[in-house]
Amino acid sequence: MTSAIVVSGLHKSYGSTHALDGLDLDVATGEVHGFLGPNGAGKSTTIRVLLGLLRGDAGDVSLLGGDPWHDAAKLHRRLAYVPGDVNLWPNLTGGEVIDLLGRLRGGLDEKKRDNLLRRFDLDPTKKGRTYSKGNRQKVALVAALASDVELLILDEPTSGLDPLMEEVFRQCIEEERQRDRTVLLSSHILSEVEALCDRISIIRRGKVVETGTLSDLRHLTRTSIQAELAGSPNGLAQLPGIHALDVEGNRVRCEVDTAQLDAVMRQLSASGIKSLVAQPPTLEELFLRHYEDDVTAAEPVAAGR
Amino acid sequence: MNDFIGTGTLMRLALRRDRVLIPVWIVVFVMMASGSAKASIDLYPDVQGRIEAARTSNASPALVSLYGRIFDESSLGELSLFKLTAFGALLVGLLAAMLVVRHTRTEEESGRLELLSAGVLGRYAALTAALIVSSGTVVLLGLLTALTLIGTGLPATGSFAFGLMWAAAGLAFAGVGALTAQITEGARAANGFSAVVLGVSYVLRAVGDSSSDGSSQWVSWLSPIGWSQQVRAYAGDRFVVVLIPLAFMALTVAGAMALIRRRDVGAGLVRPRPGPATASPSLRSPVALAWRLHRGSLYGWGFAFLLLGLLVGNIASNVDGFVSSDSAKEMVEKLGGVNGITDAFLSTEMGVMGLLATAYGIQAALRLRSEETALRAEPLLATDVTRGRWLGSHVLMVLFGTGVLILIAGLGSGISSGVSLGTMGRQVPRMLAAAAVQLPAIWLVTALVVILFGFAPRLVTGGWVLYGVFLLIGQFGAIFNLPQSVMNLSPYGHTPRLPGGDFSVMPVMWLTAIAAALTIAGVTTFRRRDIG
Repeated sequence: MTSAIVVSGLHKSYGSTHALDGLDLDVATGEVHGFLGPNGAGKSTTIRVLLGLLRGDAGDVSLLGGDPWHDAAKLHRRLAYVPGDVNLWPNLTGGEVIDLLGRLRGGLDEKKRDNLLRRFDLDPTKKGRTYSKGNRQKVALVAALASDVELLILDEPTSGLDPLMEEVFRQCIEEERQRDRTVLLSSHILSEVEALCDRISIIRRGKVVETGTLSDLRHLTRTSIQAELAGSPNGLAQLPGIHALDVEGNRVRCEVDTAQLDAVMRQLSASGIKSLVAQPPTLEELFLRHYEDDVTAAEPVAAGR
Repeated sequence: MNDFIGTGTLMRLALRRDRVLIPVWIVVFVMMASGSAKASIDLYPDVQGRIEAARTSNASPALVSLYGRIFDESSLGELSLFKLTAFGALLVGLLAAMLVVRHTRTEEESGRLELLSAGVLGRYAALTAALIVSSGTVVLLGLLTALTLIGTGLPATGSFAFGLMWAAAGLAFAGVGALTAQITEGARAANGFSAVVLGVSYVLRAVGDSSSDGSSQWVSWLSPIGWSQQVRAYAGDRFVVVLIPLAFMALTVAGAMALIRRRDVGAGLVRPRPGPATASPSLRSPVALAWRLHRGSLYGWGFAFLLLGLLVGNIASNVDGFVSSDSAKEMVEKLGGVNGITDAFLSTEMGVMGLLATAYGIQAALRLRSEETALRAEPLLATDVTRGRWLGSHVLMVLFGTGVLILIAGLGSGISSGVSLGTMGRQVPRMLAAAAVQLPAIWLVTALVVILFGFAPRLVTGGWVLYGVFLLIGQFGAIFNLPQSVMNLSPYGHTPRLPGGDFSVMPVMWLTAIAAALTIAGVTTFRRRDIG
């Protein structure tokens, strides 16, 4: 599998703040890649470097096989970008902006444009200054999704959308996946990334700290188990990878490293299982595990842009 | 009183935001007045010299239409400051109107006011705070100017009249700003409307002042700038005239408040209409977009330049009317006869047109930065548009726009002076040439904005500072006896004085070459820097 985006050891600082501190990122062609991190972790900075808007201080960046700084315009014909903050020209209508951006990318699919306008319930005749934040975002999304490009770079594209529109957005991304387009989706909304992405990179303070498929990452987390047993449980405490064990008569609650799940289940069924609730790890937990030091230490994180 | 609640808080916020801007403006005005006064006091020690200078000035249609009449020919104060009466009132008015718009419509458009309105805030609070800040600024400006002028040795009453007259212009235009801020949803348009009212006021008083037989002097009384002149500082000190701008301010503010009561927060008087659902086939390049963004303001400026051109040409043909007294006739002979003085007038006015066109050019070039900071450049640069093409599209609009404006002014003045002098076929090409030679200097100043944008984007508004410096050198350099090397710094000083003067190719070539080099350097540096 080839890579649409390869970033290695990318550094970028603004004065004394290190926005990116040796970031590595690998997005395979044809995958939907989630780029996950809290505000100010460096997501937008990374994307701006990928677009050639910023120049990295050190490190290698390759986008669709080219150098985004030197071949910016050439590469941009093959990608579409939705910024996190969409600002429109006050005196141009949404429809005009969609057409303009599409044409500057080398043409857009008229039928798809109209279809997307309908699905996103967007009025293209309103002037830029009269759109709400969500509607401005829709303008940029329609322009990007209606373009015939290989790569979509979306920077928190749903931050202004209502839940209904978020659902439409998810369907659209699902369709893009079917067409084998590559999508880099930056987000801090875990459920969105969980629902859409083939692989995920978690960024923290300008560094990618975890990357892989959701199931890869789940191996790093714990499944929580509640069981009611026929007899009293024994030997559980000695098992490796078991945490927060709480035994009350025949009832057991515990957290299990996902890699040790099999051994724990054997031990439980040895005592006879009457009922069992097993909760798979959520991305939330994964995310929190990486960030809880930040939260507890309450250290300021590097500015996002 | 609930409608005014929160005014104090907003006022402190405005003062906090403008804690540098306001003092700098005040200092600039005070220094301009006191500097001009000091220099003139040294220049005209005796009454005889003053009377002669005042008569010469009153005999020159160029000076009268530009600065106004000197009412008391023997007054030292008036001679010292007459160049700053109407002109200064214009600038104080601009400051006051922009301050009001800055703290009302700009805040409203950005949505920041909405954030504050959700707190305890009366509906008139923002406007009242902006008016207090703006009025306070111009009153303080007037007071400090008056005190400094007294310090230079000018009569106290006249000095207070002068300061008051500046402040009165500011107050009148603070009211104008309050009104224009209500009209549309965009702050840019509000500032544009204010600028139009300022321009019309200046032109009206120019028409009235330069009426040679006195029959249309009443036109000056239609202009807030005219009211300021009619205070006649150092020449009668008619303080009571100040009541007119005060009443005008009261009316405009009452009007603005009535409009606020009728409209929603964020909305304007003019409701935005729906536009086309698809872009026209021609909107497919950065240049096409740049044209869309610049054209509205260019149409407005173009109309103003046409009127100015026609007006200037018309005044030029009345030169004879000014030459009534014997001493003035003598002056005219010295200046090369009636033709000579007409040409001198036209070339002076064309220089002023060049300065005005530069203001348009700077403002158009600054759009580069506002597009960038508003994050509107980013989506374009993420398409098949190179940085050079994007920058180039706006630079093209600057070059084209300034060229169109100055040529319109040349054409207008050529036609109207040609018609009344009966030399149409000769006058139009002469005036077009006089207009065209202004362009290299204009482009050099806009090129300075472009290189600032590429090299030091945060300092890009420094373009206005450089422009101001060049303007002051041109207007007051001679009064201050600046050395020639300093005078040479202003590109406008190298522009051939057409019609009538000598045309030399070298300075024009040099100005053009420097402008081109600066623009190219601007593009190069912009391609190397981070966006945002």
